[in-house]
Amino acid sequence: MNIDEVPQEESAVYGGHRKGIYARGVDGRLCLVPSRGWEAEEIVTRQAVEAFEALAAAARERARAGQSSPLEYHMYRARMDVPMLAQASGLWRWRVRRHLRPAVFGKLPPDLRARYAEVLGIELAQLDMVD
Amino acid sequence: MTDTGFVHQQASHCESGVMAAIVRHYGLPLSEPMAFGLASALAFAYLPCIKLAGLPLVSYRMPPRAILRGLQKPLGFSMRFETFRSPEKGAARLDELLDAGKVVGLQASVFWLPFMPPDFRFHFNAHNLLAYGRDAARGDYLLSDPVLEAPVRCARSDLTKARFARGILAPKGLLYYPASPPREPDWKRVLPAAIRKTARVMLGAPITLIGARGIVWMARAVERLPVADPRASKLYIGHLVRMQEEIGTGGGGFRFLYAAFLEEAARLAVRPALAELAGELVEIGDLWREFALAAARMIRDRDPLDPARLGVLLRAQSAREKTFFTALGKAAK
Repeated sequence: MNIDEVPQEESAVYGGHRKGIYARGVDGRLCLVPSRGWEAEEIVTRQAVEAFEALAAAARERARAGQSSPLEYHMYRARMDVPMLAQASGLWRWRVRRHLRPAVFGKLPPDLRARYAEVLGIELAQLDMVD
Repeated sequence: MTDTGFVHQQASHCESGVMAAIVRHYGLPLSEPMAFGLASALAFAYLPCIKLAGLPLVSYRMPPRAILRGLQKPLGFSMRFETFRSPEKGAARLDELLDAGKVVGLQASVFWLPFMPPDFRFHFNAHNLLAYGRDAARGDYLLSDPVLEAPVRCARSDLTKARFARGILAPKGLLYYPASPPREPDWKRVLPAAIRKTARVMLGAPITLIGARGIVWMARAVERLPVADPRASKLYIGHLVRMQEEIGTGGGGFRFLYAAFLEEAARLAVRPALAELAGELVEIGDLWREFALAAARMIRDRDPLDPARLGVLLRAQSAREKTFFTALGKAAK
C-alpha cells in the first residue's frame, strides 16, 4: 500500500483518533502513516458492537417481562457473555447461569451482588435496574 | 510530578510499540518494526479448539509477551517482570517505580481504559502501554499508549482496574522495565537469525494449524459456513477480519509492519535481497486487505454472502505465504 492509498474515511469507531498503518512513503520507504479509518474495518467493528447491543436489548425485554434477571442485561452491556462473566467474577459458569434467573437473583447475598457490581463496573444500586 | 524526559511516539501495534519505546528510552535507538521483527513476532495461527465468545482463536502474530521476552537475547539485556496478587500492592509498586524516575511497561485490559474510543473497548486483556510519570496531586498517571497519537492521563482507580482485570490472559498487574541497559547487537548476526525463526514458524511448525498451512484450515472452516444461517456466518467472517485489521495490527495482519522491518533489516544487515522481499510482503498485505474488503461487503449485503469465494482468497494467501517464507528463509541463510 502506498501512502496515498491509506484510507482516510473518517471512521466513527475511531472516535476522532488516528491509527498508525505502515505504507510506502513518497521516498519509497515504508513508514507509519496515520489513518482516519477504513470502512471495511468500521463494518466489522460495528458488527461486533451491535451484536452485544442486540443481546443487551433482548435481555432488557426479558428482564422487564420477568423472564430473566437484570444481571443478563448488565452482562451484555459490559460486552461479556456467561463464560467471561464467570471468569471475571471467579464463579462457576453454572452459578452465573443460575443467577440469570429472576427468582435466584432476587435472593442473591450482598457479597455476591457487590462482586458482580464490581466486575461489571456499575454501582450496586444499578444492578437491579434495566434503564 | 516527575519528568523522565520520555518521548511519546505512535506505533501500529501495542507490544512492539511499548518495547521499542522502552529500549529507546533506556539508550538504544530502535524502531517499532525493528522491535517486532527482531523478536520474530510475525506468525499465523488458527486454533479452533480455543474459543473466544464462541469464535476460534485466529492470530497473525506470536502469543502476547513474545516481544517483551524476545528482545532480551538479541539486545543482550534483561527485562524485569513483576505481577501482583493484590491491586493495592500493584498500584503502590508502580508509584514507587515512577517516583524513582523509571519508565514502566504495563499490561492492561482495553475495556477498562477510559481514554480508548468506546467502540474499541472489548475485553482484550493483553494490551500494553507505558507509564512515564504521575501527578500525585491529582491522582493521575501519565501514560503513553503506543497506538494513540498523543500521551494521555488516566485516573489511578481506572488504571488499577484495567491492570487487574480477570479472565483470559489476565494481566495480574504485570509491569516491566529493563534490569540492565540494551546494547547494540551485531545486526549481521541477529537479524538473519530472527528472520530464520519466523520462516520456521510459518513453514515448519509441528502442528499444521500454525503457519502458512494454518490458513488452509481457516479457508476450509470458512467454506463450510452455512449460507442458510447468514447471521452466524457473518459474525464468523467479521471476527476473522477484526483479528486481521483492528487496532494494533498495522493493517493486513501485521504483514505491513513486518515488511517495514525487512526493509530496515536489509540496510542494517547489508542484505539487499530482504528489501525486495519486503516489497513482496507489502503485496501480500494488500491481498489480506482485499480479503477484508470482500468479507465486509458480504457482511453489509453489498455482495451476496459467498463463503466459497472467501475460501478461494484464503487458499491463495496460504500458497503465497508459503512461497514467500520459503524465499525469506533462503535469503536469511
